[in-house]
Amino acid sequence: MSAPRSAPADEPLARLKAAYWRRNVTIMSCLLAVWAFVGLGCGILWADWLNQWSLGGVPLGFWFAQQGSIATFVVLILIYALAMNWLDADYHCRAAALKTASENGGAA
Amino acid sequence: MNETLLAMTGLKIWTIVFVVITFSIYLGIAWLARVKDTKGFFIAGGGVPAPANGMATAADWMSAASFISMAGLISGMGFAGGVYLMGWTGGYVLLALLLAPYLRKFGHFTVPDFIGDRYDSSTARLIALLCAIFVSFTYVVGQMKGVGVVFSGFLGVAPATGVFIGMAIVFVYAVFGGMKGITYTQVAQFWVLITAFLIPAVAISLKLTGSAIPSVGLASEVLPSVDPSQPYLLDKLNNLNQQFGFGSYTDAYGENAGKWNKLNVFCVCMALMAGTAGLPHVIVRFYTVKSVKAARWSAFWALGFISLLYLTAPSVAAFARYYMVDDIAGLNGKTVDELPQWYLDWNQTGLIAWVDFDGDGKVAFTNNLTTEVKRVTPQGLVPAFDEGMEWALADRKDFIAPNELMRIGGIPASERAKLIADPGAWVEANDGLTGAEKIELERLKNQAWSSLTDSQALREAPREELGRYLDLLRAQDENAREKLLALGGAHHPDRDIIVLATPQMAQLADWVVAFVIAGGLAAALSTASGLLLVISSSVAHDLYYKVMNPRASEQQRLLVGRVAIGVAVCIAGYFGINPPGFVGEVVAFAFGLAAASFFPAIVLGIFSKRVGTVPAVTGMLVGIGFTAFYIVTQKADVILLNAEVAEAIIGPAGQGLRTPWFFGIDAQGIGTVGMVLNFVVTVAMTPFCAAPSAKVRAMVDSIREPEDPDALSPAASH
Repeated sequence: MSAPRSAPADEPLARLKAAYWRRNVTIMSCLLAVWAFVGLGCGILWADWLNQWSLGGVPLGFWFAQQGSIATFVVLILIYALAMNWLDADYHCRAAALKTASENGGAA
Repeated sequence: MNETLLAMTGLKIWTIVFVVITFSIYLGIAWLARVKDTKGFFIAGGGVPAPANGMATAADWMSAASFISMAGLISGMGFAGGVYLMGWTGGYVLLALLLAPYLRKFGHFTVPDFIGDRYDSSTARLIALLCAIFVSFTYVVGQMKGVGVVFSGFLGVAPATGVFIGMAIVFVYAVFGGMKGITYTQVAQFWVLITAFLIPAVAISLKLTGSAIPSVGLASEVLPSVDPSQPYLLDKLNNLNQQFGFGSYTDAYGENAGKWNKLNVFCVCMALMAGTAGLPHVIVRFYTVKSVKAARWSAFWALGFISLLYLTAPSVAAFARYYMVDDIAGLNGKTVDELPQWYLDWNQTGLIAWVDFDGDGKVAFTNNLTTEVKRVTPQGLVPAFDEGMEWALADRKDFIAPNELMRIGGIPASERAKLIADPGAWVEANDGLTGAEKIELERLKNQAWSSLTDSQALREAPREELGRYLDLLRAQDENAREKLLALGGAHHPDRDIIVLATPQMAQLADWVVAFVIAGGLAAALSTASGLLLVISSSVAHDLYYKVMNPRASEQQRLLVGRVAIGVAVCIAGYFGINPPGFVGEVVAFAFGLAAASFFPAIVLGIFSKRVGTVPAVTGMLVGIGFTAFYIVTQKADVILLNAEVAEAIIGPAGQGLRTPWFFGIDAQGIGTVGMVLNFVVTVAMTPFCAAPSAKVRAMVDSIREPEDPDALSPAASH
């Protein structure tokens, strides 16, 4: 760590924030990967190939372009809301624990 | 033009009832939710519950384009129409994951504000501001025009009066209610528009396929009452499309599918995705709830509600296709006495018009835009009566007559009235044949083989007479068609009538049709009001408060906000009534420009602390410059005043720059290339330019941190 040291008590908090950001980016990248795979991939790039199979009376590529991708997008936003709300709660829990610990440490 | 349409009094009465009821509700809500401070005016006080905010976002998002135009577009385009479905919903995902949470944490009202602060540059702020206002305005004008179409089509008032009524309503609830009034009005508008879209879709789905869920109906077999052999609905559409020379409905790419290849479908879809993510009126929606948790739930509710319409639209498109093309339920082969009521109604508006070019008294709705009979081959449509005339032995079913369904909205009223009164007589009066030729054609028409559909008779026909007959037919068609196009007519009916006409096509009750009209108005008004508010907050906040008068008081800012929204309504209304020729073209490209301008700047601004002012501004300029230049070269005729000016500046049509010179990419998809250029330029320049100041880096750090759950909406503290 070459960054100039601030108040020592901030360091664990800074690490916590960095960890929060990394996990945030991971969640986002995974969901966007699914977004690209289903929307741009199945709905466009491989649609002609997928069309050789059918789902009921709908060719699969056509189905992804006009139905499947939209349903997937809704699920992605649902997962995002759940995952991020959990991540936030986890962060606030840890931050509160840190604060209590440093206050106790200061008192000792 | 209106009195005949309103002969259908039942429908008119229902329409008036629904429009008056819904408009009263909107005004009542606006009055109850009126506001007194800037916080309430611009972000509804930041205290709207998540599901309500989700509904308001959905109503904001689903514009006249989604409600009125999208299913019609898909109906005509088949597979490729999916770009609008995926583009607009996929863009929402980008927005909710990549941009909104951080812009909310940043805590200002607008995108230009973020770009201005993040790149610490008033140039960047101004570029983003101009783009945001341009994008919002072209979009608003489209909504206002939609209001005019709906009013003129159903209430028998002039389009201008319709736009004026719409303007007055939006003016009242936007100026007094601000964001709070708009938000709660949009909740009501959401319910009106979604039920209006779903009721006819469910009814038609039951009627055609027996399934109450339109998405299931799309994948089902049709009922025996529709087709005794009970094919899958989409197989039936593919056959019908093929029968009349249109590309396959479900095929993705290739000879047999639509005009766009894979590269174009990809680029158009991507441009729509990135462009919608940058639309300012939806971003501001993430500020109108209390906590970041509520903002995430509101995003989920919003896309859930949006998907109700977006998952149903493909089914409506397919049902409408069947009712348009089919030779039993649809228009093909109908004589003047058999034309359905919905056609007669819409015929009055000029948006659809049958012109009997070949004088056979039967409608031909085909993809053959020439003046001679063609037939389908694996290589596409080829002339059916070529030398050798081997055609006579062929199966007659693959013959495609020249298309006779046009739109005539643009032609002079007197000509239009004549055409509507008698499509056959108009052609006779404008066929340019001499008296002797007319007599000869009349004589030949009475021959046994003249219908050109009886192989047996055709084989026995005297070749010379048949040749003369075909020549005369073609001359008649060529002359009349040329005259119609010169007057301002165009091939194929207007796609915007599809959603509004489908309930009539399926012969649903008048009140259903009237409700759909109220839904179309709700969609147009909700989007228009949301966008107008964004325009006014851009002017009042970014321009007036941040640039012109930083010491402005709360009261002054509120007044400027109200005046700005009032002026914006009037300007939008003016252009809605008198749309400049280029507006229709530009609306489709607003997304491309948004994608190429601020999307990369926002994303890099959040996810990189290293990108500084110079690379970002250069990137934006390169992205906008390239995209705008490409669009201008592609659409020179409409953007540069007229064809002569376009030719003088860029050169003759169809040559050099006026062809799709960048890998054949359509103008609608070029925003994707502009966006990539923007990213590449910005990233490539970054190592050689100064890093942002410590203050900016601290700001980026702060937007990446989780929001304090106890704090109010961050924007509320400003």
